[in-house]
Amino acid sequence: MHKLWEATYKEFLLLKRDFGGLIILFIMPLVLVITITLIQESTSQHIFTSKIPVLVIDNDSNELSKSIISNLEQDKLLKVVREIDGELIDEKMANNLVLQGEYKLAIVIPEGLTENLNSKVSQNVGKILEQFEIDQDAEIGEKNIQAQQIKLYFDPILQTSFRNAIKNGIDNMVSKIETQSVYQVFEEELEIDKNTFESTEFINFVEINPQKNNVEIKPNSVQHNVPAWTLFAIFFIIVPLSINIVKEKNQGTFVRLKTNPISYKTILGGKVIVYLIVCLVQFILMLLVGLYLFPYMGLPNFEINGDYFLLFLVAIFSGLSAIGIGILIGTIAETHEQAAPFGATLVVILAAVGGVWIPVFAMPKIMQLFAKISPMNWGLNCFYDVIIRDNSFLEILPELLLLGIFFVVMIAIAIYYDKEKNRV
Amino acid sequence: MKKGIIHINQLSKRYEDSDFFAVQPLDLTINENEIFGLLGPNGAGKTTLISMLCGLIKPTSGIFEVDQLNYKNNKKQIQNLIGVVPQEYALYPTLTAFENLMYFGSMYGLKSNELKNKIDQSLKELGLENFSNKRIKTFSGGMKRRVNLIAGILHHPKVLFLDEPTVGVDVQSKNVIIEHLKQLNQLGTTIVYTSHHMIEAQDLCTKVAIIDHGKIIAQGTPTELIQSIENSKNLEGVYLNLTGGELRDYA
Repeated sequence: MHKLWEATYKEFLLLKRDFGGLIILFIMPLVLVITITLIQESTSQHIFTSKIPVLVIDNDSNELSKSIISNLEQDKLLKVVREIDGELIDEKMANNLVLQGEYKLAIVIPEGLTENLNSKVSQNVGKILEQFEIDQDAEIGEKNIQAQQIKLYFDPILQTSFRNAIKNGIDNMVSKIETQSVYQVFEEELEIDKNTFESTEFINFVEINPQKNNVEIKPNSVQHNVPAWTLFAIFFIIVPLSINIVKEKNQGTFVRLKTNPISYKTILGGKVIVYLIVCLVQFILMLLVGLYLFPYMGLPNFEINGDYFLLFLVAIFSGLSAIGIGILIGTIAETHEQAAPFGATLVVILAAVGGVWIPVFAMPKIMQLFAKISPMNWGLNCFYDVIIRDNSFLEILPELLLLGIFFVVMIAIAIYYDKEKNRV
Repeated sequence: MKKGIIHINQLSKRYEDSDFFAVQPLDLTINENEIFGLLGPNGAGKTTLISMLCGLIKPTSGIFEVDQLNYKNNKKQIQNLIGVVPQEYALYPTLTAFENLMYFGSMYGLKSNELKNKIDQSLKELGLENFSNKRIKTFSGGMKRRVNLIAGILHHPKVLFLDEPTVGVDVQSKNVIIEHLKQLNQLGTTIVYTSHHMIEAQDLCTKVAIIDHGKIIAQGTPTELIQSIENSKNLEGVYLNLTGGELRDYA
């Protein structure tokens, strides 16, 4: 016990005197969580408060295109641009401007869109009315009317999710206009009053937040960001910890320790204790930032629905699993150059697989499988379970156990590796 | 009759990536209370031999005993018996001399008060009492060597292994280290040390072995060895006569 205490105290002193290391361990994670949350939050705010200029080329210049443009002009996200420096934009110009990234999107409305849509709708309505023998005089053309294409040019660097959102919005708008056209033709053909058919949306979406113990669970972006990036920062301890071990091996002090009556377990024990405390301090700092700094910065409140004690338990077990990886890398790596890039890359991979950036359910099947064996995913789920779902200890126990077992396995491999390598 | 404290039987080492033996199978007995010098050119196998005896590297073949204890079955007991002073500064640069010594001393189970007294005493004996609370990274090479030595002797080992303990230090530091080693020996510590300094070895050692190409090519007291080689005036003459004058660069 005395040796473990001395090993712990030594690690504490080494860390305390490494000012650069302390900055990396405590300040960088805070910078990370603040930056990411601010960017994400301000991006979503920006999308809703500022309009994205969209080039619109109207080759139709008719009723339907006017309706599309009018709808686009009313859209909260988009600002219609039809001419630049007094010159009307054509498709070629739009292509170049979007390709160069000066505009994110261009919409080209094809020539004859109104006429063709009206013809098609009239044709379909006429067929229906003929079936009911209502308007036998109506002329049903047999003309083959081609489906019309509204071309969308996207800036190549635009992310797929953003493209899909824009495409869905325009698709929705065009569907509405098409529906209105159908109603209009019916009204004309049946010679009834205009606006007989209600064209307002009949089906609407209402978002209902699930409840637990009669309390509505309504997540916000901070509730997602703080645990995700806190976990990312906790796992980044892999890098300084593995470097610490490699440095000790290369410093000669490890040579002395190998001749001393002290086990590798005790040496590692000191490191585990100190780096676990570092993880907890990191966690507390992140928590304080989420609880007290973010509201001052105009970000949503970091509401914790669950028990704080459970939250600390998750932080401890997540920290242990990160420490386990750091110790294993440090034990196996021979040089600083092996440990540092490998550790850093591994953290990024674990974060990606663990669902820090993209939710696991949205990943391909094979990656979902990897996510299931990723300690960062266990930790993240556990944090969400406590912060958002207000789960109990028993409900998070399986994930805590996985994190704990993972730590034990990592340490056991490191001790076994060291023993085999240094067997005399 | 002197009692052997280290018995080496057919001990050898061949590194995995090497075609030749760094230490060829050798037998050697080092007696209790001796100051035994392992002398030889670079790459002769001195450090490999001493590293095997300290339990740092695994021998390819053979066995050895320290105070009648086999390393394989009595690792902990042997580690408590021996002290090791490695060639490199095995110290934490950002810790003070006192903090380094407290840490390494406590690894031998020495209790806080006893250890503090020992550290103070050793620092004083080696002329470092005023630098106890200074960080190692601010120390000169000679000061680091002295702290390096103290870290290996705080528990008063029965056998002390030193790998070139005076390399790269000034004459003053070297003299202090050598005098301290002599005192330790008088208090009952057997010393096994490697060196390139023949004059130092001649002055310090009660027995030496000259090792080359992983083999012991001569051993005895310095006087015996000097007398065994015609026209040799000192240990350096013996050494050059036995190992040759050519350069021993290796990679």
